[in-house]
Amino acid sequence: MTTITTFRPRTGRTTELILLVFAIGIVMLAYVNVGLAVRGEVPANLLTTGGIFLAVTVGFHLVLRWRARYADPLLLPIATLLNGLGLVMILRLDYAAGREMGSLVAGRQVMWSALGIILAAVVLFVIRDHRVLRRYTYIAMVAGFVLLLMPMLPLIGHEENGSRLWIRIAGFSFQPGEVAKIALTVFFAGYLVATRDALSLVGRRFLGLQLPRGRDLGPILAAWGLSIMILVAQRDLGSSLLFFGLFVAMLYVATERVSWIIIGLSLFCAGAYVAFRLFAHVQTRVNLWLDPFDPTASSDQVAKGLMGMGHGGLFGTGLGEGFPHLTYFANSDYIFASFAEELGLIGVFAMLMLYALLVERGLRTAIGAREGFGKLLAAGLAFSIGLQIFVVVGGLTRVIPLTGLTTPFLSAGGSSLIANWIIVALLLRISDHARRPVAERVTDEVQPAVGATAPQPGGGR
Amino acid sequence: MSELTLNIIRLGILALLWAFVFSVVGALRGDLYGTRVLTRSGGRPERGAGRAPRAARRGPQTLAVVAGSLRGTTVPLNEAGLLIGRNPECSLVLTDDYASGRHLRLYLGPDGVWYADDLDSTNGTFINNQRIGTGHRLEVGTQIRIGQTVLELQR
Repeated sequence: MTTITTFRPRTGRTTELILLVFAIGIVMLAYVNVGLAVRGEVPANLLTTGGIFLAVTVGFHLVLRWRARYADPLLLPIATLLNGLGLVMILRLDYAAGREMGSLVAGRQVMWSALGIILAAVVLFVIRDHRVLRRYTYIAMVAGFVLLLMPMLPLIGHEENGSRLWIRIAGFSFQPGEVAKIALTVFFAGYLVATRDALSLVGRRFLGLQLPRGRDLGPILAAWGLSIMILVAQRDLGSSLLFFGLFVAMLYVATERVSWIIIGLSLFCAGAYVAFRLFAHVQTRVNLWLDPFDPTASSDQVAKGLMGMGHGGLFGTGLGEGFPHLTYFANSDYIFASFAEELGLIGVFAMLMLYALLVERGLRTAIGAREGFGKLLAAGLAFSIGLQIFVVVGGLTRVIPLTGLTTPFLSAGGSSLIANWIIVALLLRISDHARRPVAERVTDEVQPAVGATAPQPGGGR
Repeated sequence: MSELTLNIIRLGILALLWAFVFSVVGALRGDLYGTRVLTRSGGRPERGAGRAPRAARRGPQTLAVVAGSLRGTTVPLNEAGLLIGRNPECSLVLTDDYASGRHLRLYLGPDGVWYADDLDSTNGTFINNQRIGTGHRLEVGTQIRIGQTVLELQR
């Protein structure tokens, strides 16, 4: 006779610790490699650097043991490894650019990484239960819009390389769009969990598709209008694509209606075509995509990136031995091409696998979550990382036109790093809630469960 | 530094990156085996089973939704009891317009039998088309109706 018992969820915290040490080991080996290749010596501060890195991440691991015991054990090691590899590559490009101690981009990036991890821990502390975020659905919406529009304001708004994405206060520049991504995901999740019945059930069937009512098209049109506005006003193709894609994906997760994807895609194609006809900067991008090796092209960034990746080949040139610094923005927009040159196809595919696993853990969390809001939030956060990787890697390998988005955890830039650590913290919080065994979560929800009211057998009212 | 050392480190990093990927995949293979089938004779006893009264172990083990929008959902029963309703903090969150926020509570009585308490819900809980109050005794297979949703205790 057999019985089927549900798999008792292990907390997996020990697995997490082992993988964490493994990840830091890889990062330290990469650090040694860069030191040997560029300077010809093992970095003098190897042990202190490694020690600090280990201390910060193990500190976060202890916070998880204490505050989110059942959280997913794989998110933290994966994020740590990606963040560490990014730091090593940024340092390597600092060396190539001749920057010395004190003006290192990597130095600032280390500070941002530490700040990101600390903020993630704070998020885990403050948000004991992700469902409280649902109360702030509309506040999140307003916050998201304000953050998105902040770079448009005079005085604090700041334009770099033709895109108006930054704000600058007291010498610190920040890209608020990265944080807006989280706020808008919270809003989409809260909004869709409340309206999904109307969006999925009402409407006529046409050619096997469930078409929504005209009035239910409102939200998707608003999201579309917003992303078009970002495209026009801030000239940022990447975030425009990210927000609209995120909304359509969450709409699909909420309603299970393919018609929304078709409506979304056709709206996007129409918008992209009109933008292509109207705006010169979109045309430039598309032309560069179609013909990057044109000698009269306005930028040779795409071409240089492709040459670099070709130079790397299958096994790569080895860290510190290629020429990734010849490409513009080699440590931010093009950091993935830098990795492709120095670690080769094999290394870069390992990194893509890490991203795929990160996204998979997020989607797995969404499947495990017991209520709609957590499901949508986890799916949206995971999808935003996946879509961002697609837009970045697709851009530099010429699958789609290149757009300036940051590569999560790798790119130099504090706002992106902080936003991604907060995303990881939220996913950890949701997964803790989803994986917690029933026995432990019921006790704090149904207090007077046993014995408080003595049952009268057979009695009723 | 010699070319050979650098080459070894370079290939070592690639090998370690993939080793890391495979250890992560190894750690998450549990996703593929969500349920574990145990043979009762000689099998490993379930952890914590000794704590439950004997009667409970012979009694119902899960609460299943047999009709309504959540049909197919099962929730494991344990001695702490279950809260059912539309409120997201419930153990079983109903998406039924006729359910109240905190609608029904199931708990294990000291005699090892499960009981249901209707928590003054607006539209009521019905067993055999009779609206129930508190302390209603449940057997395996008793159908509990809340709005469009029908729940059942299963072994």
